[in-house]
Amino acid sequence: MSALVAVVGPLAGLVQHDPLYGHGVGWFVWVVDVIKVLVAFGVLLVSVMLMIWFERKLISDMQSRIGPNRAGPWGLLQTMADGVKLFFKEDLQPEQSDRFVFKLAPYLSLVPALLIFTVVPVGGIVSLAGHRFELQVADPPIGILLVLAMSSIAVYGVMLAGWSSGSKYPLLGSVRASAQMISYEAALGITVVTVVLITGSLSTRAIVQSQGTGVWDWNVIRLGVVPFVLFFMAITAELTRPPFDLTEAESELVGGFHTEYSSLRFALFFLAEFMNVITMSAVVVTLFFGGPDGPVPHLPSFSIWFPVVWFVGKVMVFLFTYVWLRAALPRLRYDQLMNLGWKFLIPISLGWLLLVAGFVVDGWWGLGIAVAAVSLSGLLGRAFVVGRGRDEERARRPVGPGAGGGDQVTSGVRPGLLPGGAVDEGSSH
Amino acid sequence: MGFLDEVKEELSFFGGFKLTFEHLTRPRVTRQYPEEKKPKQPRQHGRHVLNRYEDGMEKCIGCELCAGVCPADCIYVRGLDNPPDHPVSPGERYGYVYEINYLRCIHCDLCVEACPTEAITESKLFEFSFTNRADAIYTKNELLVGDDGRPKQMPWEDWRPGDDLMTSGWMRATSPSGNADYEGEVQWSGELGYGVRAPEGGQSGRRDDEATGTKALRDVLEAHLLDEDIPFEHRGMRGRLWRAQKSAARNRRKLEALRERRKDLKATRSAAGGGKA
Repeated sequence: MSALVAVVGPLAGLVQHDPLYGHGVGWFVWVVDVIKVLVAFGVLLVSVMLMIWFERKLISDMQSRIGPNRAGPWGLLQTMADGVKLFFKEDLQPEQSDRFVFKLAPYLSLVPALLIFTVVPVGGIVSLAGHRFELQVADPPIGILLVLAMSSIAVYGVMLAGWSSGSKYPLLGSVRASAQMISYEAALGITVVTVVLITGSLSTRAIVQSQGTGVWDWNVIRLGVVPFVLFFMAITAELTRPPFDLTEAESELVGGFHTEYSSLRFALFFLAEFMNVITMSAVVVTLFFGGPDGPVPHLPSFSIWFPVVWFVGKVMVFLFTYVWLRAALPRLRYDQLMNLGWKFLIPISLGWLLLVAGFVVDGWWGLGIAVAAVSLSGLLGRAFVVGRGRDEERARRPVGPGAGGGDQVTSGVRPGLLPGGAVDEGSSH
Repeated sequence: MGFLDEVKEELSFFGGFKLTFEHLTRPRVTRQYPEEKKPKQPRQHGRHVLNRYEDGMEKCIGCELCAGVCPADCIYVRGLDNPPDHPVSPGERYGYVYEINYLRCIHCDLCVEACPTEAITESKLFEFSFTNRADAIYTKNELLVGDDGRPKQMPWEDWRPGDDLMTSGWMRATSPSGNADYEGEVQWSGELGYGVRAPEGGQSGRRDDEATGTKALRDVLEAHLLDEDIPFEHRGMRGRLWRAQKSAARNRRKLEALRERRKDLKATRSAAGGGKA
């Protein structure tokens, strides 16, 4: 991708950020680009391998088990062993499947996972043999849009995999998955907009640089913690990680959209899933935690590698959090998932976007919007409370004529919660 | 329910995070099975052994009661009169043929209860999966304990040295005829290589855990129970200390037993070597 940009670089002013392209495209630029792509590819694949090991090991620690420990030291090569096993398995294709789409789908979910990582700034600016370049595969001015676009394309992978399998459970799983991903993408996009709004640029490098002046300028603090929380929830759902892993609900849907896949194609889905976890953690770090930003000792070689260490450390924190979520939380029900997405995440992210926009324009605007938002949400909350009280009263009321005492319909109400009928409605809360 | 209670209830959502994080520090329950084995249950039923008295005589008298009582019909015994000059057993007759078919055996232990001389007992060895039917039928030679009183290890059996300890006649006679009054009383004869075994624990509380190595399941699992499920004095740091002390004492005992056993072995070996020389 970067190499492609390098070709058209001098023509279009698309790559003004990366100092590598400042002096035309020579052989050195090509070499650096190819090396960057290869290193990113290799590092990503190896880190996926380690991530799968890390997840299995950590979740077994949290469940008082030992986890993989046979292949290699501490079981580090377990993923490799699994991969080799999958590689030698028979590649089955259901008779009812749509052959071409069936084969295409795994790549549709793997390639976006790889591409998202290209725009993530891993470190600062490095100088080598008189050339300066960014530790980032590509720095297009539309960086964060690429992330959104790719995560949308990944939905196609899931959807087409389920549909082309020609089998009912994969289809149900993929319908769930795409519904889930699309509903959470709205909240995801809106929270990204708040970041873009405060940065004034879509470029991931610019986003990182705008946070580079200290911890207090990290977006997670600058924007208030809310957008980060919303974004994190949204990408957890987007990744179909627990507790939002309805697409792979083993107890309900066999294996979800990849039920009919075996051998290498299944491995590709697996790879894509975990690669997405890593890249999305990297995106969170980029958007909200300053990317490679952090205190660096004033030593010449440290200034290159320390930001990378900071970046990796921050990503590790999120990887740990994902595993922790999986260990701690039960899976949501489908309606709970949809409620959370549409009734909670989207309204709050919209409101917060309005607030941030107000503060970007002017402090007074922001304050005004904040006051308006608080009073409006207060009114709305009050309306909900009153509505709920009425519902409860209606539920407590005897059903049908002459059905006094005895059998009462108490759906959704714990008996004895409220002392007497409608009296409580206004007084408490 | 006040507002604060409601908030508290909402926050209980994070209890799972706390619990899972705490589990990182707790000991693991998984054992590395083939290398590391759990102490076996006191009355585990494994494969049989035919015991011998301390003087090396066989305990089996060929009475065939075991074969008669066997519900799976897996035991085949034929008795024979003892040769007058070389008696095999102290009685009149001895077990001339003794075969157990492990394709049929259900390890109910009725043969052990039927045996009048504690000749047949079940060891705790369970790793004896065979790959053909001939191996499934254990003959007398294979069942009979060796000259050191230990069960013989067949080529297909996968138990390690040490697994054969705590594995003999004392297991059965804990409470003769189910009468708790006799619990803890030694009612059985000595065995080749082991002497008279210590009584094993049971219902009346007169148990000798130190001698038998028995450990209550509750003690084993206590580290993994929730705080409210374990006695007050075993919670928190105090409980940790208590567990550590207990396990240290247990390990010390084990080490002593091992040393003792090694010393014995060395003594017998040197005695045998001296005899040959």
